[in-house]
Amino acid sequence: MDILTQQLFNGLTIGSVYSLVALGLTLVYGILHIPNFAHGALYMLGAYVTLTSMLLWNFNYWLAIAISIVVVGLLGVLMERLVFNPLKNSPPIHDKIAAIGILLFLEALAQLVWGADYRTMSTPYGEVVNVFGTTLTMQRVLINVGAVIVMILLYFFLKKTFMGSTIIAMAQNRKGAHLVGINTNKVAMLTFLISGGLAAIAASLSAPINLVFPGMGHLVILKAFVIIILGGMGSVPGAILGGYILGFTESLGATYISNDYKDVIAFILLIIILSFKPKGLFSKEGF
Amino acid sequence: MPAMTKKSIALIVLIIGAMVIPFIIQNEYWLHILTLSFIWSIAVYGLNILAGYTGYLSLAHAGFFAIGAYALGLLTVKAGLNYWVALILACIITSGIGLLIGLVALRTREHFFAIYTLCVGYVIYLVIDKWDSLTGGVRGLIGIPAPSNIGPISFQSAISQYYLILFFLLATVVVMYRIVHSLTGRTFIAIRNSEELAQTIGISTMKNKLTVFVLSTFFAGLAGALYASFIRFIGPDIGYTTIIFDLLTYLLVGGIGTLAGPVVGTILIVSVSQSLQFLQDYRMLIFGPMLTLIIIFYPRGIVGMVSEWKMKWFNKKKKAPAETWKSTYSDSEDVREDKVKEG
Repeated sequence: MDILTQQLFNGLTIGSVYSLVALGLTLVYGILHIPNFAHGALYMLGAYVTLTSMLLWNFNYWLAIAISIVVVGLLGVLMERLVFNPLKNSPPIHDKIAAIGILLFLEALAQLVWGADYRTMSTPYGEVVNVFGTTLTMQRVLINVGAVIVMILLYFFLKKTFMGSTIIAMAQNRKGAHLVGINTNKVAMLTFLISGGLAAIAASLSAPINLVFPGMGHLVILKAFVIIILGGMGSVPGAILGGYILGFTESLGATYISNDYKDVIAFILLIIILSFKPKGLFSKEGF
Repeated sequence: MPAMTKKSIALIVLIIGAMVIPFIIQNEYWLHILTLSFIWSIAVYGLNILAGYTGYLSLAHAGFFAIGAYALGLLTVKAGLNYWVALILACIITSGIGLLIGLVALRTREHFFAIYTLCVGYVIYLVIDKWDSLTGGVRGLIGIPAPSNIGPISFQSAISQYYLILFFLLATVVVMYRIVHSLTGRTFIAIRNSEELAQTIGISTMKNKLTVFVLSTFFAGLAGALYASFIRFIGPDIGYTTIIFDLLTYLLVGGIGTLAGPVVGTILIVSVSQSLQFLQDYRMLIFGPMLTLIIIFYPRGIVGMVSEWKMKWFNKKKKAPAETWKSTYSDSEDVREDKVKEG
């Protein structure tokens, strides 16, 4: 019983992180219909920027996260401007390859700037709390709470603000959105900004319980792809739901099946899903 | 046709050039690099027929390369089979696994296919890495024999290995040439340009896609098997995703969807990265942006660029209308544009 609750909580924590990463990915997919393989690199850079501003300038954890959101978000915008916008009219295979090119570049850059070693990020919220017999670290609670707040904010942004509506409109029909006077270029940039910001938040929140290294985005991005396929590509609720499903599956699988193979679970899950449902579980697009 | 004969003369010169290179270079190191890039070229040709001609970007090919390499390694080291039998078996095993994976993978399309194969590739890598009792895990497989003698010919020296692999490369190119210029090749291109249209005119897309997928894994497996016997040591690293990104870079730089592209790109990038040895892990700082820039400005790589220039020059001379000389690929791009971006 004790182990089960502990593992469920772990699953919730991992799931929150996955959901945040998958949200950014699914937003970009909904708008531009490109699988952004470089999203994992944005995640990795998010952690590094937070770490650097904390170590180098002794910034407060929250300030560091804010800086990271801005930097990575702008990097996302830059990516859209320099790479994906010029590729608007080319076959989809080109977008994928370009994204892979960016991924390789950013990873090598991180290795050049910060080195290949594994680093740990300290957190002001290291204390342990005891809730109903389970021991939780404050940071893990923070991840859960933070993720939920971000998701709620994102929901209100998309549903209640004008800018958010333009994103939804463009995801539903690009030409239609253009026709009613939405500046699709601006919306694409905005989406990349949000997507980068979400990656930075996810990375900064989870970095203290994981390690920071140039390849840290690899597995996360692959799993985020699994999630958005699970939840339907371009679907926001699907990404959140899929993230939690994968988080629970993994933490329970690690305890009850095999810890060595816990990373394979996601891929096996994906292979099974795509084998039976070639277009994903909920292939309908929308919010 | 004078253009045709010019082309075949150039081809013969190139082949003769490749034959005499070992006598000109006299440098074991560069011969080694050249042989290695020939091996990679074979794998890139496999990727090219799938991604370039049929439009399905498979990210699992590093995995198939590794399967070929490990099949050969295990069959010769652990089962003690004759090298040539093992080579044939390795190719058959890889294509067999390719057939099984293709049957499911090809039900997915476009992005789903890329993501699916990426995951398949990762699973193959993990299986090789974790299945200690069979593959030796992270320690790898040591002592793979060099190709055994055929009659009086032995393949122990670097030069003989060079010729052996050159032979396989030429065979691959010939097979590719024959496929691309046959009805089957045209069918593949039709599928790339529009799968719905291909289906409408009565092409069995699944059968053709499966054929091309198996073919493509066959060449990946062949390259892997040759690699194993050339390097004589293999580790799970050869199945890792970085290898597929390398293969993609070779293909893109040379020219995706062109016949000469794979060999041009591979030789160029492999030799350039050898001269940039000091960069080691940072070579992606150059190759990453290069990949992206090439796909934006020269989607058909060096070969495409050269043929574009040639066509422009030719047009100027003949003063013919430019439209008629548009390549099939740029036509296809126009077609795809509408289809894809509407999503």
